[in-house]
Amino acid sequence: MSFKSEQHRPLLLRGPSPGLRFLLLCVVSALMMVLDHQQNHTRTLRAALSVATYPLQVLVNLPYATGVWISESLGSRETLLEENARLRSQVLNQQFQVQKLEALQAENNRLREMMRSAAEVAERILVAEIRAVDMDPYRHRLIINKGSSDGVYDGQAILDAYGLVGQVTSAEPLSSRAILITDPSHATPVEINRNGIRTVALGSGDPAALLLPFLPNSTDIQVGDLLVTSGLGGHFPPGYPVGVVDEVLRDPGQNFATVHARPSAQLDRGRQVLLVWFGTPRASQEPAEPEPEP
Amino acid sequence: MRVPPWQFWLSLGPALTLALLPLPSWLSAWNPDWVALVVIFWTLNYPGRTGVGAAWCAGLLLDVMDGSLLGAHALAMTVVGYMTVKLYLRIRVFPLSQQSLAVAMMLGLYHFVLFWVQGIVGGPAPGLDRGLAIVLGALTWIPLQAALKSLWPRILKD
Repeated sequence: MSFKSEQHRPLLLRGPSPGLRFLLLCVVSALMMVLDHQQNHTRTLRAALSVATYPLQVLVNLPYATGVWISESLGSRETLLEENARLRSQVLNQQFQVQKLEALQAENNRLREMMRSAAEVAERILVAEIRAVDMDPYRHRLIINKGSSDGVYDGQAILDAYGLVGQVTSAEPLSSRAILITDPSHATPVEINRNGIRTVALGSGDPAALLLPFLPNSTDIQVGDLLVTSGLGGHFPPGYPVGVVDEVLRDPGQNFATVHARPSAQLDRGRQVLLVWFGTPRASQEPAEPEPEP
Repeated sequence: MRVPPWQFWLSLGPALTLALLPLPSWLSAWNPDWVALVVIFWTLNYPGRTGVGAAWCAGLLLDVMDGSLLGAHALAMTVVGYMTVKLYLRIRVFPLSQQSLAVAMMLGLYHFVLFWVQGIVGGPAPGLDRGLAIVLGALTWIPLQAALKSLWPRILKD
């Protein structure tokens, strides 16, 4: 090491000792963690910082976006034509189904009116793109590219084409954070579509499994049963698929059956999710679901 | 005034990008802690201007972008920065193989602080696959420091 560069890189450090800075910054970090853990105390700070780091988030997404752009612009004419034909037939098919759906909905409304029950509130959806997936294998979180400026609110339900994905935990101005239904700290109020038994599906930490630990051995549940949202927590719109039961173990020595379900949504695939508005938005609610009654 | 050189911030960009790359979960356990490696590199090679404060800033950025508890990565990164500042004279003269061992220790410390914070907050206990990130991080250190040194040979000349 030359002495010329000592101005820039002194052999021995001067100024306030690193120990002092270290202690100070540790205290600041600890303070921030406490405030953040008590929820919402650091909202403004987080929002400001997330706006500041938005360009970096875009940068993170850039490799994927470029890949898509390249493959789209280099796609040959035949592939495009083929895709076009496929999409056209798909649209036709879906239009046909939508027509059927409209007829069914009208019929449903008539029947409901006959039964004098309240009609379902129309749901509004918005397509959002996934910006980032939490790198931590033990926490299943997403960052999506729609935020409070698009009307996203805390606790809002997120779906994909196949089922329930999760809910928004914090809506920031330009993006939002969401928790997946398979996060170990998440619970979803569900019911069995076949017979209407209500229970709660807990996240397992495995993107391909949900746990249903609160079902007694005598419960009528079978492999292949579809679980749908019951809408009881007030966070999720009722009637959307959550998962399919793929394992039921009844141990006579235990009070509760061991039931596993596979999430219907493609949690580890896809880039787009749907944000759903139903009824009146609850402005600020705890993201946690109420504890189930066993 | 100890302000990290602009090269520090410039190398932090790709590091954050790599750290936050959306990967399938089995692969993300293998993703080395790029931000920590870059912080260690600059603290080791430019201790006059990068150190505890720069490490804290990098950790906070990671917290904000990753959506983890605000301050968790900042705290872990501060610990790593402090240890590097304390030991940089020794680590710098190590041969490369021992240097990457020292880096592995730093990364271990980093993960320990993160586990600790997660435990206090009440997260689930993580498994052993974090060890993969540490081992891979120590291996990544060798090409990473060579690449960064060849990028800016002038300010990093020994």
